[in-house]
Formats: sequence, structure tokens, C-alpha cells
Amino acid sequence: MEDDLIEIDVEKKLISASGILNLHIKTSLNFGELVVVFGDSGAGKTTLLRILAGLTEPDRGLIRVGNKVWFDSQASVNLRPQDRNIGFMFQDYALFPNMTVHQNIAFAQKDKDKNYANQLMDKFGLTEFANRKPTKLSGGQKQRVALARTLARKPDFLLLDEPLSALDMNMRTALQDEILKAHQFNKTTTLLVSHDLSEVFRLANKVLKIDQGIVTGKGSPDELFLNDKISGKVQITGTLVRIEKHDTFYLLTVITGTNQVIKVTAFQNDIENLHEGDQVLVFTKAFNPFIRKIKR
Amino acid sequence: MDTAFIETLWVTLKLATLTTLILLIIGIPVSYFMAYSKFRLKPILEALISMPLVLPPSVLGYYVLVAYSPRYWFGDLLSRFFNVHLAFSFEGVLIASVIFSLPFMIQPLQSGLRTLPDSFREASYTMGKSKIFTFFRVLLPNIKPSFITALALTFAHCIGEFGIVLMVGGSMPGETRVASIAIYDEVQSLNFDTANRYALILFAVSFATLILIYTINRKQESWKMI
Repeated sequence: MEDDLIEIDVEKKLISASGILNLHIKTSLNFGELVVVFGDSGAGKTTLLRILAGLTEPDRGLIRVGNKVWFDSQASVNLRPQDRNIGFMFQDYALFPNMTVHQNIAFAQKDKDKNYANQLMDKFGLTEFANRKPTKLSGGQKQRVALARTLARKPDFLLLDEPLSALDMNMRTALQDEILKAHQFNKTTTLLVSHDLSEVFRLANKVLKIDQGIVTGKGSPDELFLNDKISGKVQITGTLVRIEKHDTFYLLTVITGTNQVIKVTAFQNDIENLHEGDQVLVFTKAFNPFIRKIKR
Repeated sequence: MDTAFIETLWVTLKLATLTTLILLIIGIPVSYFMAYSKFRLKPILEALISMPLVLPPSVLGYYVLVAYSPRYWFGDLLSRFFNVHLAFSFEGVLIASVIFSLPFMIQPLQSGLRTLPDSFREASYTMGKSKIFTFFRVLLPNIKPSFITALALTFAHCIGEFGIVLMVGGSMPGETRVASIAIYDEVQSLNFDTANRYALILFAVSFATLILIYTINRKQESWKMI
């Protein structure tokens, strides 16, 4: 039972522009899960990922992956990043400009395996760019290379730091598929940082909610973000972008994760704690929705 | 062309090449340390390395001469145990020249390394690569312009060295007489013709080196990521 558990209990004092943050993450994850680390910026999400990768050393604590101890401040154990067999995707992708796409991917491999490198490039639609340098790629292409590269070494643990933050919505949805694909590829345990709710619902088996350096919730996206009282038939998450006042009611505009615009009417008491920019849930209870195929 | 002329150019070339090679070997680890270490006394080290930029060559030359003198412990040690006398020898000039050109090698390399995002190193580590492997395969190839600038500047600066060579080496033909000193000597003896030939060659070499640097740096300008 313990063999397929990742145990994390780490503390670190962080000093940032907004003050001192005492990061204390205590949780456990199962092997093979796709966990989205969710929280506001500055909550300590990136630091958690860096700690797991061995790039940032916690002040104290313990990290155990299966029956292997990665970090134990009491026993002075701190495995180097090189010894953790992870794939880490940086926010800036960190593609090496001196190497081509293929060379970047091959560089990450433990044992040179041309077949597997080609397979990865094929999977992420990179074959035609194989001999291009990263400076000659678009943002989305770079991101795909970075993602493929993290998989090249067949890691036990995939750490993705806001992998889709810089993309427009279409590209984002496409790459969410890639990440799901990558996860299904070999069921690698994956930790992904995001502060986009639609991404959470799209990708996560489990969500780890972090607030001010502390885990404030863990569970499926439904458990964490959907109020139990709602037994809605249709539920859509999105961002509230506009509140317009009409005579007796308000018209709210919500943009969903897939960039659909939804208009919702609301009354004074509904909008009391709503603000433009809020992440919201749009749901209906009273009627049965119909479904129709529009595209295969 | 007479042999003395060729000999002087040969000494000049030998001195500049050897200085550059030695500095390359010293400069790579030192600049790596200077770029990434969080050592508390680093500013002192940095200041020491940069001293030759602001110090008159005669001051540095004076101290080097004092160090070489058998009347003090370093020179005494060398002469007693190794029978080596560095003052007014090619080797003595070479060591002084290495010290004097140190900042020209270290500074471009160090600032080149610093402009690389940390994620390059870190990404390579998470891919299981050692620090040394990362340095030679990821960091160094991505600071090629700085690398070439460091090499070319060091070389060009050595070619033009005057004060320190004169202080430490004098002007012994075939041993420590370099082109820049020869020009001075020839002018003193009113041999403007020879002086002119030396001057032209030095001008051409320095100019060519700088053109090389600027051409390469222009080609690599699109270095910014993302």
C-alpha cells in the first residue's frame, strides 16, 4: 500500500515582494494520478514543484516516493535533481537554443533511443520541425517540444509548472489534450500547476488546493469546487467578465474555458458577492438539456 | 625583412597566444565560480580580478618584479629550489601578462553565463546531467559570442601590451622584446621606417580582431529566448 504513495511534508520560509510566507505542505498522492496544484499566484505552487524536483531545498521535512526517501532533513538526506528521475517543465520552457528540436529531446534521454525520440516527436506533431532550433518555433510549438522533452527520459514523476499559461484558448485546449495524452501514455504521476479553473476540470483526477503556503483542500474537482447543494443537470465553469444592469435585473456575461460566451440573468441578491473577473459556475436545474453532435 | 624584425613579431605572437591559452584554462572555472557562487567574499575576488583594468601597468609591473626578486620569499623560493629567475625572462613576462589580462577573459565569460536563464542549468540537472556535462554541453555553447569576445579581447590586448612587458621583461631581443616595445625603441633611435612597419602590423591585427568580434556578435544577436 505504502509503495505507491508519495508522501510530502515540507516546510520552507519564503521571502517575496509581498512579504514572508511560511510554506508548509503536508499531503500524500497516489502513483499514476494527474494532480492539479491550484491556487493564487504567490501561494507557493511553483516552490512546491521546485522542492519536489530538488531545485529548492526545504528548511525541514520529508519527501518519500514509494519506499524511496528523496528528502529527509532529520537524516540529512537530499537527493540531487539528477537522482530523482523526474520530468520538469519550466514556465519559460528552458529549451536549449544551441540544439535542434530533436537534439533537445535526445539530450534528455537516459539511454539514447532514436525510436522513442521519434515516437515522441510524432506524438506531439513535431516531426517536421525536428531539425529546427527553438528560436525558430512559435510559442505553442516550443511548449510541445518542452512537454515532449520532459517525457523523453521516461520519468516516474512529471512536474509541469503552468505549462499552458502563455497560450491562447484554442492552443490551450489542444495542449490540454496533449497533456492528457502524455499522462495516459504511461500513467506517469503528474503534478501540474494551474490557476485556471477550466483547466482543473478538464485535466485533474485530483486537485490540491494551496492557499498562503498551506493545503486547504484535496479531492476531485467536483468535490472541491462544486457546492453539494447544487444537483444541477448542466454545470459550466467560466469567468465572469461583465455585469450589466437592466431595469429590474442584471445581465451577466460569462466566458467558459472553451471560449463560449454565455449570458445569464440575475437579480440583485444573486450578484451581491459577484465581481467581474470571478471564476463562476453556471448551472441549470429545471430542465433537461439536449445534446447533439456538431463535430467529430 | 631582417631576422630581428621577424623575431620580435614571433615573440609578440608567442606571448599573446600562450597568454590566451593559459587564461582560457584558468578563465573557464573561475568565471563559472564568479557567475554562480554565493561566496560571501566574492566582491573582493571580483575587485582583485578587475584591478588590471584600472591600475597603471607600471604599478602591477613593479609588484611583479618585487615578487620575482630573490630578495623576497617568492623569488627566493624559485631561485633556491628550482633555480628559476623570472625577472627579464620570457616566462616572467608570460606570468605577468596572464595576470594583467585576467579581466579581459573572465568578465565576458562571467557576464555571458549570467545572462543565461537559470532554468537552462536546472532543466539539464532534472534530466540527470552533471554540472560539468551541463556546463560544456548547455551553458558554454549558448554563450558562444561571449566566449569568442573573451578570446579575441584577451589576444588583442596581449598584442598591445606595453607597460607591463617593459617593466618585467625589459626589451631583450628574441626574449622579451615585443612589437609595441620595438616601436618605442625604433622611434627613440629615429628608425621611423621600422617603427612604421611594426605599427602597421599591430594596427591591422587589432583591427581584424575587433571586426571579428563585432561580426560574430551581430550574427548571434537573436539570442533572446521566447
